[in-house]
Amino acid sequence: MKPLLEVRGVTMRFGGLVALSDLSFDVTPGHAHGIIGPNGAGKTTAFNVITGIYAPTQGDVLFRGESVTGCRPSTIAHRGIARTFQNIRLFRDLTVFDNVRIACDAHARYSWPGAMIQLPSARQAEKETIGRCTDLLEKFGLGNEIHERAGDLPYGSQRRLEIARAMALQPSLLLLDEPAAGMNSAETLNLVEFLGWLRDHFSVTMLLIEHHMQLVMTFCDRITVLDFGKTIAEGTADEVRKNPEVIEAYLGQEDGHE
Amino acid sequence: MTRWLQHPPPRGVLLALLAAGLAACFAIEQFGLVDDYVRFVLITFGINIILCVSLNLVNGWMGEFSVGHAGFMALGAYLSACVSVKWLSWGDPLWMFPLAVIGGGLMAGAVGFLLGLLSFKTRGDYLAIITLAFLMIVKSGIENIPYVGGPRGFLGIDNHTTLLWTAVWTVLTLWTIRNLVYSRFGRGIVAVREDEIAANAMGVDTRKAKLTAFVVSSFFGGVAGALFAHQLQFINPSVFDIVKSTEILVMVYLGGVGSLAGSILGATAFTFLSQALQPLGTWRMVILPLILVLLMIFRPRGIMGMREFSWFVPQREFPKKEDKK
Repeated sequence: MKPLLEVRGVTMRFGGLVALSDLSFDVTPGHAHGIIGPNGAGKTTAFNVITGIYAPTQGDVLFRGESVTGCRPSTIAHRGIARTFQNIRLFRDLTVFDNVRIACDAHARYSWPGAMIQLPSARQAEKETIGRCTDLLEKFGLGNEIHERAGDLPYGSQRRLEIARAMALQPSLLLLDEPAAGMNSAETLNLVEFLGWLRDHFSVTMLLIEHHMQLVMTFCDRITVLDFGKTIAEGTADEVRKNPEVIEAYLGQEDGHE
Repeated sequence: MTRWLQHPPPRGVLLALLAAGLAACFAIEQFGLVDDYVRFVLITFGINIILCVSLNLVNGWMGEFSVGHAGFMALGAYLSACVSVKWLSWGDPLWMFPLAVIGGGLMAGAVGFLLGLLSFKTRGDYLAIITLAFLMIVKSGIENIPYVGGPRGFLGIDNHTTLLWTAVWTVLTLWTIRNLVYSRFGRGIVAVREDEIAANAMGVDTRKAKLTAFVVSSFFGGVAGALFAHQLQFINPSVFDIVKSTEILVMVYLGGVGSLAGSILGATAFTFLSQALQPLGTWRMVILPLILVLLMIFRPRGIMGMREFSWFVPQREFPKKEDKK
């Protein structure tokens, strides 16, 4: 099958620091693809390159066969890549409803002069957006909190809301940056169940960064292992687990480096 | 944004009040019901509302800090004065004056577009400094154009700003800005304030949001300037200085950021307090800033900060009765 996302030889330099060096991997449609690696391996940088926050120094990112390298993040979001952030970035002072609605607005088509004089088309589009957001929040079990301030929600609900917000873009690829961060094992189990539901219900392809090995090993169809900005291994959970380079990166070599 | 009241009072009452207000403005003009002083204060009140709500779009909803609003006022004032005194002076004020006001707004909006472009690269304190520089450029620019009177000012403007025109423009400003704020563009502007990176990742074209905010805000700043010029009948570059900008900032932060009700409240409090405190003379300049200091300490977002009077919220924003128990 043609890959949904292709990362082709991406290098990202910040001054003298090489965060990503010649990184390449593909994401197959329908898969849950995991990216793992030690701290500072370049996982979040890879996400930031894919979503357009950084333009790579070298290399290319293709989405559905078209290059999105150097596109603005909002353009990439419109093309169908949505993401969450490692340290939740909700619009904390806005209501739960408006958080989702801002993402939902990506699908509304009316001009700002039209909105200012309330053209019927703009009003109609607004009503449709409201309907879509209500449905989506209902599905994510946040239907009773829609008027709450997003920052007042408990941590778990904030994570859930951030995913709901990303899904409001109706993406074909969802990037999750450490969805299980700060969760205990019971919450993580819930999350795995939730991610499974998300994948089946919205048939969305996922690319996720995660430190929680159990989650990655059980949930992901394919795993890419990064270290020092390079791919050191790729394959299914079993293949990765047995790979000597992976073991070395995580546990270190007995006689140390060099 | 949280609402002050969860359930909206009937719309009909609002429309009736509006109609009564406009009728009253018409009657006052037609039959001279109030003396010139009261009329002057009422017109100033309307202009202040326009200034306050338009600056609030950038400083409140978008969370930037612009001190250049008096510059947009100046552009609107001078261009409209050119239209009504020099270019279309033969015209019937009934159509010529609205044209002059819109022209002033467009002039200010076009320059606001340029300032919006600068805001792509710069945020926060640095953007504030840029707007300050902009204000100085406008002021010294006008001082060096003999065509509009240079530093001596622009004389001989007719008094076209009636109470009715002021009321019409005030209502129009409030209505259009309300519509903008409760649209995808307004939410985009608010998202820029909340978290620009997340906004971008959620498909908000933050550049377009910033441009929209700056253009609309400066357009209405220019409109207010045009009304102001035809109220005072004499304008002079030094009127549009940092003190004028500060007055508008006081209104915004007094009434409340990110709120239409707050903007009206701020303009009301400022207009009538500064008149009521007239007898105190110079002490007035101590009391108003003191109020601002106290507000910043105890209510940094202003009296109605981020809250809205439910009459100003579109009907569609309220949950339908059968939806939630």
